[in-house]
Amino acid sequence: MSYRLLVRSLIPATVVALMVSVAGVEDAKAEWKPTKTVEFIIPAGTGGGADQMARMIQGIVQKHGLMDQSLVVVNKAGGSGGEGFLDIKDSTGNPHKIIITLSSLFTTPLATGIPFSWEDATPVAMLALDEFILWVNADSPYKSAKEYIDAAKAEAGKFVMAGTGSKQEDQIITVGLEQATGAKFKYISEKGGGDVAKALVGNHAQSTVNNPIEQVSFWKAGKTRPLCVFDNERIKLTEKVTADMAWSDIPTCKEAGVNIDYVMLRGIFMPADVPADAVAYYVDLFKKVRETPEWQDFMAKGAFNTTFMEGEEYKAWLKKAADTHKDLMTKAGFISG
Amino acid sequence: MEALSSLIDGFGVLGDPMNIMYMFIGITLGVLIGVLPGLGGANGVAILLPLTFSMSPTSAIIMLSCIYWGALFGGAITSVLFNIPGEPWSVATTFDGYPMAQQGRAGEALTGAFTSSFIGALIAVVILTFLAPLVADFALEFGPAELFAVQLLTFCSFVGMGKEPPFKTIAAMMFGFALAAVGQDPTTGQLRMTFGWYELLRGFDFLIAVIGLFGIGEILLTMEEGLAFRGKSAKINPRIVLQTWAQMPKYWITAIRGAIVGCWMGITPGGATPASFMSYGLAKRMSKRGGNFGKGELEGVVAPETAAHAAGTSALLPMLTLGIPGSPTAAVLLGGLLIWGLQPGPLLFIEQPEFVWGLIASMYLGNIAGLIVVLTTVPLFAAILRIPFSIIAPVIIAICAVGAYTVNNALLDMSFMLIFGVIGYVFKKLSYPLAPVVLALVLGDMAESNFRNAMVLSDGSLSIFWSNGLVGSICGLAVFMLLWPAISYALRRLRPTASRSQGEHVAGKERSTAP
Repeated sequence: MSYRLLVRSLIPATVVALMVSVAGVEDAKAEWKPTKTVEFIIPAGTGGGADQMARMIQGIVQKHGLMDQSLVVVNKAGGSGGEGFLDIKDSTGNPHKIIITLSSLFTTPLATGIPFSWEDATPVAMLALDEFILWVNADSPYKSAKEYIDAAKAEAGKFVMAGTGSKQEDQIITVGLEQATGAKFKYISEKGGGDVAKALVGNHAQSTVNNPIEQVSFWKAGKTRPLCVFDNERIKLTEKVTADMAWSDIPTCKEAGVNIDYVMLRGIFMPADVPADAVAYYVDLFKKVRETPEWQDFMAKGAFNTTFMEGEEYKAWLKKAADTHKDLMTKAGFISG
Repeated sequence: MEALSSLIDGFGVLGDPMNIMYMFIGITLGVLIGVLPGLGGANGVAILLPLTFSMSPTSAIIMLSCIYWGALFGGAITSVLFNIPGEPWSVATTFDGYPMAQQGRAGEALTGAFTSSFIGALIAVVILTFLAPLVADFALEFGPAELFAVQLLTFCSFVGMGKEPPFKTIAAMMFGFALAAVGQDPTTGQLRMTFGWYELLRGFDFLIAVIGLFGIGEILLTMEEGLAFRGKSAKINPRIVLQTWAQMPKYWITAIRGAIVGCWMGITPGGATPASFMSYGLAKRMSKRGGNFGKGELEGVVAPETAAHAAGTSALLPMLTLGIPGSPTAAVLLGGLLIWGLQPGPLLFIEQPEFVWGLIASMYLGNIAGLIVVLTTVPLFAAILRIPFSIIAPVIIAICAVGAYTVNNALLDMSFMLIFGVIGYVFKKLSYPLAPVVLALVLGDMAESNFRNAMVLSDGSLSIFWSNGLVGSICGLAVFMLLWPAISYALRRLRPTASRSQGEHVAGKERSTAP
């Protein structure tokens, strides 16, 4: 490109840029809006539950034009997500960065000793809660959680539980189950929910605590059987999944006499010290995302608990959840010394 | 024959001209992604995934899987031309592809690589078409002990494979294991060997190591030798394609062996990288021309490329039938399936036949389209070699740096890349092999966690590794492969009757190396 051509094409571009920036300044007084690309951090690898949800959100935002700037998804999975959390901590005051969280928000700092706490970030909104279900192979004789736990107790230390990662939600639930019932399991850690599901179907493990979405296709195909859901109440979806069962037909573990509950946060955070109207902007954005049919479809497919929270209510929930995790992990001996 | 009629319906789905267009766009993008080191298939597909949300699921998966095929094809290009593997599974392609380019046979090496990729994919997709349910059940047999056995076999078949003495290979491999151990302990979740430095918690990514060891290391070596590419006289002639094709039938056994190894590793899921190494090792050992491997033997390009592409293709099978991704790219595609509202798993074939068979049909056509795209561009890529080194070297370094940054979006990785470059240079000067470092880094984590899970299952008893026929025979084969250099040496010394055939072997070697 010749110099003159360059200048000629630059002038209108500059004018447009100036106009945009003036408009931007005016807007900033009224209401905060992103002025450049927003980075959406996933503290987990590609293909997992958090990754799927974040990419889903990115797709919805793009398809429905919910944001003027683009939203770019970045995986920072190192050290059970510690890499992503430390990035948020280092980005204090940056309103162009958001992060999707899972239980590792609480468990990773405790298990690895990295200098991060959820209070180093600004809570934006809770998008949903992910359920956990106790699954066994369909060929096994156990029809209820009680039968299964009794069998595990009878053969102490022989039953294998497969789960995702180490000292994270799956292992915490396993230890919780052991403490609540007195049964003992061998825990093997796999890379992702798909591998865990495969271990169960391939009879390499007696049970798993997979999320609904990780097991639904095997359940439908008659390969695995849900025993109980680790929540205070049953899943509300009454539409039949298999020939004779809906999500709502799975009893809670408490009903089945196993006194333990656990749900996983799927929420959004920002770095600390960001303007309050920036937080309000994202809360509004995610409310819009939740109203789209794609999101609702996704929620139903994964049998998510669709509770939405923001502001003080969300903070109070987080505080309680952080205490619960600390308590569970201390009891399990998972705290990094 | 039910599969056949379903497949014909699948081709009907592809009749839509838009789908054909998406296919070619996907292939071209994929080749570009494959050429850029670091920006692997998984990243490429992840970046482009949101673009496809407005398409129908069938069109979207056709385009995305074509990006994947394109990346598999493209990975070979930089391996052959610059000794820089664009993708980890093309590391083994550099062993013979780069010497060929240095001898001015870049066009031949590229044509050979692309054609054998195509053959590997074709064999895998035929298996996929007719044996899907059967093969899916086989994949379920593989628990932690079996998976570790497969990884052990990969490591063992590698020892004694290169030109270098087996002990140098083992030393290089141990260095790779040490690097793989940095970061997080897969079983206890604790950080280790990070020395309190949190930047290290993600460990060393093998892509960074590949880019540094091979790419930067090669540039350093070339600089020392006087700023000139040794492969300057690359002939650029479309006729080379035909000439290479005329040679290909000679290597049919190697190609079929590569495809079988590839399918096996893709399904179990070992992945394309170990498949390419294992196939190269087997070919070197079993081929009459084995002695020439590493010096620019076309067969040494055919072996890893058929295996890598067969593995890449068959990795989609466990994803479709079980919802278990056989490779990182398959994992991203799996995310895509869920977003389009398709639930991968045993019922996908029954509930969404149009989608599944459309995808399988697109594997046939996509690979044909891919072959056309890459073959027509062979002269173009080979022409890159005529650019003076002083111009191309900074471009390569810039591409390497961008690639290293892209892997984790971390600036520090670029420094690591440079350090790996120096290590690569030193290794080459001391004639230590680089490939075992990469192999150990790629598989080290997985092998460790499978081994430790197996130990948890067996309460610490090693007997789990011969507890059933499957794991026992894989382990036995691994030990045999490890001891092969020693066994063949002992046989030569102990059996005088063998000396005649040994003599013939040596004579054969001399004949084939003679100009």
